[in-house]
Formats: sequence, structure tokens, C-alpha cells
Amino acid sequence: MIIGLDVGGTHTDVVLLGKNGIEREIKVPTDESDLFNSVLTGLEKITYNIDPSTIDRIVLSTTLITNAIVQNKIPEVGMIVSSGPGIDPEYYRTNRFYYPVSGSIDHRGREIEPIDRNEIEKIAWDLKKEGIRYVGVVGKFSVRNPSHEQNIARILGNFFDKIFTGHRISGSLNFPRRIATTYINAAAYPIHKSFFDAVKKSLQKKGLDIPMYILKADGGTTSLDASTDFPGQAIFSGPAASVMGAMPFAPDIEECIVLDIGGTTTDIAVLINHVPVLNPVGINLGAYKTLIRSLETNSIAIGGDSSVSVDENRKLKVGPQRAGPAMAYGGSVPTVTDALVVLGKIRDCDKDKSFKGIESVALSLGIPTEEAALNIFDNACEAILFEVKEMISRINSKPVYTIHEVMEEYKINPGKILLIGGPAPYFAGRIEELSGCRVGVVPRWNVANAIGAAIARTTCEVALIADTELGFALSAEEGFREKIAADFSMTDAVKTSFRLLTEKAIKRGACESDLEMEVIESFQFNMVKGFYTSGKNIRIRAQIKPGLVQGYDSIADTLTV
Amino acid sequence: MKLAAEHKTGLVFFPAFDWAISPTHPEREERLLYTQDQVLEEGLLDIEGIEELKPEIVTEQDVTRVHFCVPDVKHVMTESHFISAGCAKTIGKAVLDKKVKRGFSLARPPGHHAMRVVLGARGFCNVNVEAIMIEYLRKEYNIRKVAVVDTDCHHGDGTQDIYWHDPDTLFISLHQDGRTLYPGSGFPYELGGPNAVGTTVNIPLPPHTSDEGFLYVTKNVVMPILDDFKPEIIINSAGQDNHFTDPITKMNFSAQGYAALTSILKPDIAVLEGGYSIEGALPYVNLGIILAMSGIDYSRVKEPLYDPDRYRQTPEVTMNIEKTGETVLSYWQNRNKIAERMRDKKDFDERKRNIYYDTDNIREQQKETVKICPDCAGALRIDSTSDRGARLLAVHIPLRACGKCRELGYIWYHSADPSSYDMVFLQDRTEDKYLKG
Repeated sequence: MIIGLDVGGTHTDVVLLGKNGIEREIKVPTDESDLFNSVLTGLEKITYNIDPSTIDRIVLSTTLITNAIVQNKIPEVGMIVSSGPGIDPEYYRTNRFYYPVSGSIDHRGREIEPIDRNEIEKIAWDLKKEGIRYVGVVGKFSVRNPSHEQNIARILGNFFDKIFTGHRISGSLNFPRRIATTYINAAAYPIHKSFFDAVKKSLQKKGLDIPMYILKADGGTTSLDASTDFPGQAIFSGPAASVMGAMPFAPDIEECIVLDIGGTTTDIAVLINHVPVLNPVGINLGAYKTLIRSLETNSIAIGGDSSVSVDENRKLKVGPQRAGPAMAYGGSVPTVTDALVVLGKIRDCDKDKSFKGIESVALSLGIPTEEAALNIFDNACEAILFEVKEMISRINSKPVYTIHEVMEEYKINPGKILLIGGPAPYFAGRIEELSGCRVGVVPRWNVANAIGAAIARTTCEVALIADTELGFALSAEEGFREKIAADFSMTDAVKTSFRLLTEKAIKRGACESDLEMEVIESFQFNMVKGFYTSGKNIRIRAQIKPGLVQGYDSIADTLTV
Repeated sequence: MKLAAEHKTGLVFFPAFDWAISPTHPEREERLLYTQDQVLEEGLLDIEGIEELKPEIVTEQDVTRVHFCVPDVKHVMTESHFISAGCAKTIGKAVLDKKVKRGFSLARPPGHHAMRVVLGARGFCNVNVEAIMIEYLRKEYNIRKVAVVDTDCHHGDGTQDIYWHDPDTLFISLHQDGRTLYPGSGFPYELGGPNAVGTTVNIPLPPHTSDEGFLYVTKNVVMPILDDFKPEIIINSAGQDNHFTDPITKMNFSAQGYAALTSILKPDIAVLEGGYSIEGALPYVNLGIILAMSGIDYSRVKEPLYDPDRYRQTPEVTMNIEKTGETVLSYWQNRNKIAERMRDKKDFDERKRNIYYDTDNIREQQKETVKICPDCAGALRIDSTSDRGARLLAVHIPLRACGKCRELGYIWYHSADPSSYDMVFLQDRTEDKYLKG
């Protein structure tokens, strides 16, 4: 069995999943100021009276790191940045202890200017004096040649508890994002480590010595051990949990929208042929643009608890803020949920309060209460669908770089929408009418996110570049560099990258029999010197497809509304 | 410190990773690979105010508005040309729709050697990307006066040919002296046809001209002429083969120089042309141009091993450039007098030319006749034969043609003797109508 736990803004959802479906599900209130307690309580309750040896693993999706960074509750770290020519690296300053240093590597990975050992040693002493324990080291084009980052890390050596190098976080080119991501990893490291060490210890005390996994923003998992080097991967796993929860119910060969309608926000994601669309570069977190692989999700500030008001032009306004729960549940401001109560979609609550709230809105608008409720509801549905349209058009307007792709002009046009989240069933009918798409509500919609966390497969990505002129194949992120012969081919490159991907996936906690690998990008260029071909430049990116773990991929059959 | 563009800048990036003239041709798949690497690694597309746009494809009508394609559009263009021209069009639209303040199309293949008649490829170019964009913008946005400043190392003879008779298009070309480089033209005395004397401006520069020389003519020759002409938009044909590392030219221009030139010129639209130092120059030059266009500090952009002392120009080169500048300015100042002399009470002006398509090895002979007209750019007829056999007559009625010239164009077109010509073309720009017989 697997435990899936997803910490949400108001509730922490936990499920215990067996091959035959949900064995147990619970909700505990989330205490943002004491996430440890929320997580532990959830895990204790779900395992109560269950034989620990029957549980294979626990997958956690928390807001720990996201909150720490957004609220800037992170420790000081040191950042050493080697840029060479280009935009002034001062623009990418992350924090107080940020040091641009000498050294330069060019786009093919050739050293242009060496690093300066004395300069680094001096900085090391400075940082040490300041009590800094964690340092990030980032170089421009380090994914083409990591030696500068490695040498700087070596010089820093035993001065510090842990050093984070930029080339290990992603094979993608983007120096500013590499800086931001390395900074996040370094700063989040102690928070992540102490939190999960504590969880592990508490569970062990209770005899629950079960392998733990973390859900990442890309809808895949990674083992807790592997995650400590890259704690940034755990940010924004919430939307990913929901999408993975909806995935068993998505059509196999079609494009499909997933809407996770919550109290405050609605998250939108897209599945193509059962695979979620990934963000092409990396996730944005507050002011930080990162290289962290994530699902392409879009969040809009409309949910069940969005407050409703009428502005000075007697225009109805739904959202974006949430001012507590719906009046039906003791709140003081009318909300979308109250409109749903008036429309008879929600019963079992304090209907009178809802009616009173919506009445006041109707009065300001000069229309009957029912009509006001309908307007509020439509307004919310339309706002969500507008955002869906925007997101599709954004995905479709992504530039392409080959004639083949321009001519093919592939455009997504989803015909199905899946809904999850608390208010999902109330929205389904109207969303279907307004969108013209088929709309389905994911069974157990209220815990689908925790189910998603539980059944997500371990994912990772590998980028490989092979340069037969310079005679090497390199995957800096994997610490891989090998001499290659002049006849090294695309087939060889795919083979090598799959080998690296397999090793990496297993290290990150994947099961060897469950590695669905695919090449997501491949280019090959003839390099020409003078008028002769001097070599080939091959670039490959391969991934483990985000998906569901073996044995649980037919879970849809066991879940019904 | 916050990094943001001072001017909202649109970029279209189309490296055509699956197209080459031939596997080892300089115009090949790899050409923009390292530029893309540099652009991505610098994180340019994340900068606030820099926006990447998805290119559209030009239509056949967009092409026939500019070119006489023989035998037709589809035969002289590949998909890559439709996209490359589409990239410029995308940028042009974004600028005139005010979605962005400025824009740069980094696409290939280039276009500035393509002339009005197209039998094949010249200097790696099949169709003129800038002209296709300009004529589209004139039609859709009703703009009139346009300036093209061509900073490719090779003379932009195609653009010059297309706008030779058009007084509303100022074409300025800075290039390595035609006596030392393909295509061998672009001398100061090439001033445009009798209806457009002076609006073709050629500034040949001696080999080994460095930043100093380029910036000198930009400030002292190009800018004063632009200020006089007062164009509604300025387009930069941004070839990058003046770079000191370029394998097929002999100039000493640097990334800093290109960026400085861009910030002096302030083009609304830049379109990449040539440039074949794909590792040592393009990544840095393009970075410099993008930063300069968007108004971001480019002072730290420097190609590896650039040593300004090594590439400083000699006093002889400086003197040569200053002299050329004087000549060019004096032509510009006296353009009305020269025009009077050229028109010389004639009704028509004729010129005969041999045109060589080096890429496709075609030799064409043209006899061009233009109506000397005080009211418009004048009806134009081109009688062309080539070693490919076909003889054609191409008639062009300019956009703001007067009634008489328009009528004359149709007379030429309809009275062409079918036994003499294999093909007869008509471009009626006044009606955006294109005929072929």
C-alpha cells in the first residue's frame, strides 16, 4: 500500500491506497505555523492500526519550501557567481553575500579566462567570518563545462557544511535562472533537511520505518534522500498532486484540461494523450525565475470562497480575494459558495445566511436574488474558462525553431475538462454548458490530490551534448563526461542518455521495471570549418515520462463517484 | 538593480535548424545555433520588456508585391524563405501595432541580394525579406517614407535594385569596398534612378575598417541624411559579417561596435542578414544588438580575445573613410541638381545590366526602362533574358503612380508581343494587383 499526503492551504489530505483502491482517507486542518504537526498528525491517523510492513512507501507533497521562500524565512547563504562577458551579473544578485568573480567559459565549453584561486579563498574567509554554512557556486555555460564550478567548490572545500553547484540542477541553458535555482536549493536545504529528518525520526519512533518520497512540481516523485540536494524541486507540488490525481481519468488519446477548483484559487493544467504538459523552462516562484522542472499550470484567483462585491458602477465583482469561509459556513462576506447555496446546488449548511448575503448583492444590483446568484456563478465559471483559453493560446503560441514544426503547426484543442477540488461537482454542469467541452468530475474529487501524490511515478530528465569535433559527450548535470570517437552518432547519443537516465532514475527511487523513457528533444548539426564538415554537434534531452506507478495505473477502475 | 528593457523589444528567432543551402555551405543549419545558446544562457527572453514572438508565414501575394518570380513564387522559394520573410513581417506588424517599440528578426536565410526579378538565388538570397516586409507594411499601415540602413559587409544590391526608382525609400548601405568583395557594386556615384536621385546612398569602406570608422560614418554621414529625409520607420539590415573574425570578409568591426552603431541608429526594426563567423562573432554581436535595441547596458559584451589595439584602423583607412564621407554628403546635398541633369528633358531613362546569380549560377541580361515623371516614381519595364532561355517582360506600376504612368504600365503589359516573350508580368501596386501572361 502507498500513503499519499498533500498539504493544502486549509486542509492536509491523506489517503492510504491499496491495489484495490482507497483503504482509508482523512483530512486534518493545516496549521501553516506548524506544518510538522499537520504532517505528523495526518500520517499518524492514516496508519492507525495498520501493519507498517504492508506500507511500501509514503509520498509527501508539502508547502514547506514554497512558504519559506515566499515569506523569506530562509537562512543567509553565500553565492559565488562567475559570469565572464555579457550582462552584468549584479542584476541577478540574490542576497547580501553574493560575489561576482572572475573566470569565463564560452558557449562550446572552452575556457576563456581561468578562475582566480586567491579571490575565491578570500571570499571563503569572509563568508566563514559571517557564519555562513551553505554556499552556491554558479558559472555561465557551466552545463557545457563544469570545471570552474567544480574547482571553486573544491577551493571552498571544508570551509562549509554543503556546497551547491549550478551545473547539477539542470541541463538547460539559462544563467540567471541557474543562479536563482542554486540559491533556492542552498537556502532551502537546512529547512528541508531538518523538517524531514524530524518527520522520519518521529515515524521511526512509532515503528513506521517506511521509505519516503517527495512529490515534485513536475508531477513526479523523488526519494527523500535524493531530494535533499535539490530541495527546490519540492516547491509548488500541490498543483502537480491534483493533476496526477486526475490523470487516471483522462482520455488516452486526446487533449484534456484539468481544473482544480479550491477555496481561494483554481489551478489549470493540460494533459495531452495522458501526459501532462510541462513548463518549457522552469517554474516561477515570487521574484525568482527558476530552472525547476514543473507542470505548466496556471492559477487564477477564483474559488468557492472568493468574495463577491458590487463596485461603484454597480458592476458585480467576484474575487480575487478570499475573506474567510462562505457565509453558509460562518463567514461574514458573500461568496461563490453562497451563490451555489441559493441556486440549490449545496444543501446541508446555513442556507439563511447565504440567502441574506446574496440578497444584499442583489439589492445593490437591483435584480432578484436568484438572478444575482446565477450571475455570480456564471461570472466565476466564465473567469475560469477565460483563463483556460488564455493558457491554451499561450501554449499554442510557443515559438518553434524548425521548418518542419512551423509547417506542421500543431495546435492543442482540448475537448474534455476534468474537475477536482471541493466545489468541483457543483461547477461541472455549468462549465460544460459554457465551454462546449465534455466535463467530468474526478471520483473522490476531494482527496484526488492526495491520491495523485501517492500514485505518481519517479521522474527525472537528462540532457546530453556530444561534440565530435572536440571529441566529448557531456552531461554536466550527471557528472558525466566521456571521450567519443568521430563517428559517434545520434543512436549512440540516445543510448548513452538512456543509460544515464536509468542510473539517475534508480538513484532517485524509481523501480527498474517501471522506466518509461522518451527523447523529448533531439538535434544534430554538422559543424563546418572553412568549407569542410569538422564534426557533429548532437543535443538530446530524455526524460522519464510523468505518469502513474506500476500496479496502480488502473486505479481508475476501483474509484467511483 | 533591476534589469528591464527601456524600450519594449520584440524578437523573432528562427534558426531553421532543418535547412541548409548544402551540407557545408556557410548558410547552414548550425549558423544560429551558438547565437541561440548565447541568447538562452544570458536569459534574454526572461527580461522584462523583451518578448519573443512566434513567426507567421508570408503569402504568395506578399512576395509578388515585390518580386517578379520566374517562373512563379513556389519555384524560387523554399519553405524556409516563406518563414524567414514571415519573421520580418511579424516584427514589422508588432512594431506598427505598437505591441513593441522595436523589433529584431533573427532568422535565416537572408535576403538583401535578391532583386526585383528573381530567377534564382544570389549571394545566398532568394527573396528580399526587408522589401517584402516594407511593402506589406505600406499596404496595411499606409506608411510612406521608409529608410533602410544596410550594415551587412556586402553591398545590399538587391534592396538597392528594388528601391532604385523609389523616392520614398531611402536606402543607405555601408559595406566593404566593392572592388574587394562580392557583389562588386555599391559606389558613391550609384545614387538611384532619375525619379529618385539621392535616395540610394552608398558608403563603401576600405578593408580593415574598425569600430572607429563605422561609428564615424554612422554619426557623420548616415545620421545627418536620415535627419534630412525624416523617415517614418528605420530598418536596419543587420548583417554581421563586418566582424573581425568573419571568414569571408576583411573588416575589423566588433560586438561593442555593432551595439554602439545600433544605439546611434535607433532602428525600429532590425533584420539579420549575413554573418558567417557563427561561433566567434554572431553570439556576441547579436547579444550586443539585442541589448542596444532594448536600451540595456551592453558595456560588458565582449567576444573572447578581442583586443581593440590589434584591430585599430590605420590613419590611411581613416583618411579614406573621411573622404568617402565628404563625397557621399556632397552627392546628398546636390541631389536635386544632379536629378535635373539626369532627367535632361528626356521622357525615358534606360539602363542595361548583366546580373549574375552566384548561388545558382545563372546569368541574366536586363534592359530597364523607366518613365521620367515629375509626379510619381514612374512606370518601369524590365526586359530580361538569361542563359536559362526564357525571355520575360516585367512591368511595375509604383504604389503612388500618377494616372499617366499607371496607364502606360497597362499599355506596356497588354501590348507585349507574345511571340517575343515567354512570360509577361505586371505589378500594379496602386491596386495591389499582380498579373502574369
